[in-house]
Amino acid sequence: MTPLLQVKGLTKRYGARIGCQDVSFDLYPGEVMGIVGESGSGKSTLLNCLAGHLEADSGAVVFDTRADGPRDVRAMSEPERRMLARTDWAFVHQNPRDGLRMGVSAGGNVGERLMAVGARHYGNIRGQALDWLDRVEIAGDRIDDRPTAFSGGMQQRLQIARNLVTGPRLVFMDEPTGGLDVSVQARLLDLLRGLVREMGLSAVIVTHDLAVVRLLAHRLMVMKSGHVVEAGLTDQVLDDPQHGYTQLLVSSVLQA
Amino acid sequence: MGGVAMIEISGLCKNFVLHNQGGAVIPVMRDAVLSVAPGECVALVGASGAGKSTLMRMIYGNYLAESGVIRVGDLDVAQAAPREVIALRRETLGYVSQFLRVVPRVPTLDVVAEPLLSLGVARPDALDRARDLLGRLNIPERLWTLSPTTFSGGEQQRVNIARGFAHAYPALLLDEPTASLDAANREVVLTLIEEAKARGAAILGIFHDEAARDRVCDRVVDVTRFTPGLAA
Repeated sequence: MTPLLQVKGLTKRYGARIGCQDVSFDLYPGEVMGIVGESGSGKSTLLNCLAGHLEADSGAVVFDTRADGPRDVRAMSEPERRMLARTDWAFVHQNPRDGLRMGVSAGGNVGERLMAVGARHYGNIRGQALDWLDRVEIAGDRIDDRPTAFSGGMQQRLQIARNLVTGPRLVFMDEPTGGLDVSVQARLLDLLRGLVREMGLSAVIVTHDLAVVRLLAHRLMVMKSGHVVEAGLTDQVLDDPQHGYTQLLVSSVLQA
Repeated sequence: MGGVAMIEISGLCKNFVLHNQGGAVIPVMRDAVLSVAPGECVALVGASGAGKSTLMRMIYGNYLAESGVIRVGDLDVAQAAPREVIALRRETLGYVSQFLRVVPRVPTLDVVAEPLLSLGVARPDALDRARDLLGRLNIPERLWTLSPTTFSGGEQQRVNIARGFAHAYPALLLDEPTASLDAANREVVLTLIEEAKARGAAILGIFHDEAARDRVCDRVVDVTRFTPGLAA
């Protein structure tokens, strides 16, 4: 089996400071990779370099494209990259306002992604939008409301619907459950797990919540000062951490 | 027991290194040796802290091995890549721990069916199997659509067992499967273990319930032999 994503020696510097340095990993279809670390450890920089929102200084991000097999995304032309971002890739922002169009209805937010890949039949688009609103547990009668009328948790679920409606194969998520209250967080985790299983989705999830990665991620990378200090099976890294920083991270979690 | 062992351990060592406590090195296992054949049930015994759970966790890939071999089926867990361990856990190696760890809000029926769903079993079939197990383990049907996070300790334990037996794993690790169960449910669990043995599963377990151990286990391995500083 070919990895869906192969990251090789990815490095990003901000002048003299390190954003992330020499990060390498493989991600296979249906796998969820968690990235944890304290604020400023480079996890968001890494995610943004992977997704192409930031230009890395060196390294390769090789994606197994449907048409041409594995290709280095960093060497693609801008139109190719944009096409990828609209079709096989998705990015779920921490703040739903960054991933939604706040002036457009909920149905429009979902339908717009379909139109971007060529859908033109209004009835079909609305039908699919309704189906996805239902999957993320947003009542169908809210389809014409704008996201500004939604709660934070609903906005986050709408963002996920908007991102997944085109059937992407790889989703990048930046603190997808951050800022949500715990009951909404649980609902979202369940939703994401179901989607990973049913759609064979792969995901890279950045979070500082160890409970979230334990339930969602198959594998885990721990970052500190821009470096990956430890990586492995999620429960192994959390239950038998090898690096001093990971041991500190795991032992610092407050028990509810 | 004839044939090739399903679980085979040799020369297994493990230390814990506490980097934030002066780099203290705590040796917890030395030269562990063990094998479990298909259809065989082996009990781990030894005082609390001797390393029974540590050994089980290393076999499951939850703790890293320092050195040695942990062969389960065709895979050496001690050397395996994370994704190989993930596949092993999905298809070959089941684990019934003492604690239920699930996403809150997920209905009990789905919690139990999940191991089958992740193997690609059709949803109606997976749910049928889950219903069958929950029924046998006397979880009242009115609870099936609720999340087990709100259940009593004994109910959670039975949900955990149902989940662990949903798929016919060729190898199974059981951590005190009959703890906190009443007589009727204990009987159901022992029957499930006997059925698993009969279909050829290799089972390794920790049983503080001695009568249960005597009934289902073919052999006992005292882990004290592998405990550094305790072995003669």
